[in-house]
Amino acid sequence: MSPPSTTPSSTTTVVEASEIAETVARAVREGGRFAGLLGAARPDAPPVLRAILAFPERFEIYESALATTRRLPALTPLVPAAAWYERELHDLLGIVPVGHPHLDPLVIPSDDRSLRRGEEGERGRAGGATARVGGTGVFSIPYGPVRSGVFESVEYRIETTGEEIHQLAPHVFYKHRGLERRFRELPYEDAPLLAERVEGTCSVAHAVAFARALECLGEVEVPRPAELLRVLHAELERIAVHLDSVIRHTEGAGQAEAFARLSLHKERIQRLRAQLCGHRFGRGVVVPGGVSGPPSADGRRVLDEVRRIQAALADDLDALMSTPSFLDRLHGTGVLAPEVVEAHGALGPVARGSGLAEDSRLARPYGAYRDLDLEPAVLTREGDALARQQVRLFEIGQSFHLVRQALDQLVEGAQGPWQIEVPPSRGLALSWVEAPQGELLYLVEAEPGHLVTVKPRTASFHNLALFPQAFGGDIFTDFVFVEASFGLSIAGVSG
Amino acid sequence: MAWVWRGLREGIVTTRYPRRDDGYGPGYRGSVRVAAGADPSVLPARPVEAAPSEQVSGAEGVMSGPDAGSGGGPGVLGLSDVVDRCPTGAIGIASRIPGSETLQIDRGGCILCGRCVDARPDRFTFDPRVETAALSRATLVVPQLDASIGEAQALEGLRSDLWRRVKALRRSVHIRHVDAGSDGSEEWEVAALTNPVYDVGRLGIFFTASPRHADLLLVTGVGTVGMASALRETFAAMPEPKIVVAAGTDATSGGLLRHDAANCGVGAIVPVDVWVPGSPPSPFSILHGILLGLGVLLKIRSTQ
Repeated sequence: MSPPSTTPSSTTTVVEASEIAETVARAVREGGRFAGLLGAARPDAPPVLRAILAFPERFEIYESALATTRRLPALTPLVPAAAWYERELHDLLGIVPVGHPHLDPLVIPSDDRSLRRGEEGERGRAGGATARVGGTGVFSIPYGPVRSGVFESVEYRIETTGEEIHQLAPHVFYKHRGLERRFRELPYEDAPLLAERVEGTCSVAHAVAFARALECLGEVEVPRPAELLRVLHAELERIAVHLDSVIRHTEGAGQAEAFARLSLHKERIQRLRAQLCGHRFGRGVVVPGGVSGPPSADGRRVLDEVRRIQAALADDLDALMSTPSFLDRLHGTGVLAPEVVEAHGALGPVARGSGLAEDSRLARPYGAYRDLDLEPAVLTREGDALARQQVRLFEIGQSFHLVRQALDQLVEGAQGPWQIEVPPSRGLALSWVEAPQGELLYLVEAEPGHLVTVKPRTASFHNLALFPQAFGGDIFTDFVFVEASFGLSIAGVSG
Repeated sequence: MAWVWRGLREGIVTTRYPRRDDGYGPGYRGSVRVAAGADPSVLPARPVEAAPSEQVSGAEGVMSGPDAGSGGGPGVLGLSDVVDRCPTGAIGIASRIPGSETLQIDRGGCILCGRCVDARPDRFTFDPRVETAALSRATLVVPQLDASIGEAQALEGLRSDLWRRVKALRRSVHIRHVDAGSDGSEEWEVAALTNPVYDVGRLGIFFTASPRHADLLLVTGVGTVGMASALRETFAAMPEPKIVVAAGTDATSGGLLRHDAANCGVGAIVPVDVWVPGSPPSPFSILHGILLGLGVLLKIRSTQ
């Protein structure tokens, strides 16, 4: 194997497969944040494993080529946050982490192997919970995959005594679409379109992350107007996603008026996005090397509309946050202790609600975030649904602030260029953006004109593993708030 | 200020659709159509000297090639290249009558990426209209060429059969939504139907939790292996008469996710009555699909 290239933001170290678990554990002890364990299939060889560690200034990647047995010591006993990653590797690539405490199916249903690549490994208990609860009167409820309401398909296997949720296990495999394999099959130029569909509700974040990986490999600097337009679309997307989370809270709490008002604001944001690019989710805007073209709406008119929506939304959100019957439902619900969040290396508003500050836009600024004004979220350490909601409300305000800055600069006479050519190149790149759900990583390995591996690491995947731990004495009627306050997309988990 | 005043101060925000046309404005990507003209579908023959093998330059991503159309100049992509570059293979050259060739686009496979529109704006344009649903999969392929009288009668038969079957549901219909492997955006657009802008309650349309109370199954997503049995069971649990709407290009054909025999759309799992293309389909398009399936549109339009 040729030595992997090193991108400016990340360094890659090759280690033996037998030592990767110990190496990663040591890096975590030294202050690194475990950010993922991703596999990459090889056409004629066993897969390659890559662990990503985040340090304040950089990412470190530890890479191992596996032996043909695909067996290696499990990382989970040393770094519990790796549990879901190793289950996914087992499902998709037949990798066997020896010593994994519960190697249950995660993204592929236990009895279906038609979507599997790689060889058969040891299978865990089908449909088992991650930890068993015993005792008199404990029973198990399968909640999903078809649930009451308009939801993405997921099953929560809930262990309960009737009211209290003692333990639950998310089963995300129902909607596994085979994204990894599809990324390998699609031609080079179609991959950005698939990236936009990994998590359809944050297409822009995915498109930017994927584009940034290619731009990093091609060593090109994206033109300033294009960077501004990317910020504009990414922040409108963040407002819509955060608003969706708040709307789900109001729906769960039966706040019909607030639900209607906030839904109206969200619809206006979606229409504004459609005015800017012809698509309600901003698809087709971001392309490798920049953006596909100038906004299709007049900047000044958009700015006026943004101001109107912001004012009306802020007013309604103020009213909502002074409605005691609403706040009561969120207060003390779904508590995540700061230690739990920190040990897991949780991401986005879920982490910030428990006092973990990291935001990629501030910690590792990219694109136009390098010089736009952005304040860090005001942190609380409460860790409940209310704290996460407050983080989101603050971020909505900051996103409007960024949208207006970007629009101001675009209006001041940005005539392009909007895109530059990205030369086909070779190597491994890790890119990051702050998606609405938190840090989104793309690990892209390319040959000229051909993508060997495209692996998104979504915040939804990383954070959903923490979801069962948010139920400390919460009951069934709290479930909707805990779920809404995580604000995750199942599509980004099931792959 | 009390919530009630906030709403009243806003005035009426609800669309008049379906009584009046509505949509998202001129720049919206509702669907792709083969460009209008005197005879939109007929194109001049490609130059005889250009062999087909030379024209397939799309694989290398070369933005030039021998051009088959009359509107082309240097640097313009040839039509067969446009066909090749469609990421879902939704564009076809339907007939190769000597002297003219006919382009068709399958809206059920189109993910609205706009690559064909960018490459050949003389041949493809975005159509901002939102009424994109169809009652037969075949009619999503546009433009419909020489549709025989037999086919037209078959569609008419399909329509009247469906409308007779679901006549009882016209004034009040309850929807059960099932995600069969979507990217998540379709759920947003389905959920938007209950916001004050679309407010489907005004049309007697409601969402229900139980399939036992449901009249209409609204399915999103590519039809994954994992969701197949849950989707079948939901359909089976619904009482007659029932109607199935496949919402989105993913649900219609699998879109970009279709590979081999997997993710082929939900038509392979449940019997679909209405197809709504779009990636994702807008709330207007989904509403159009629902109303079309119920035969409500015809009733409204005929009384106007």
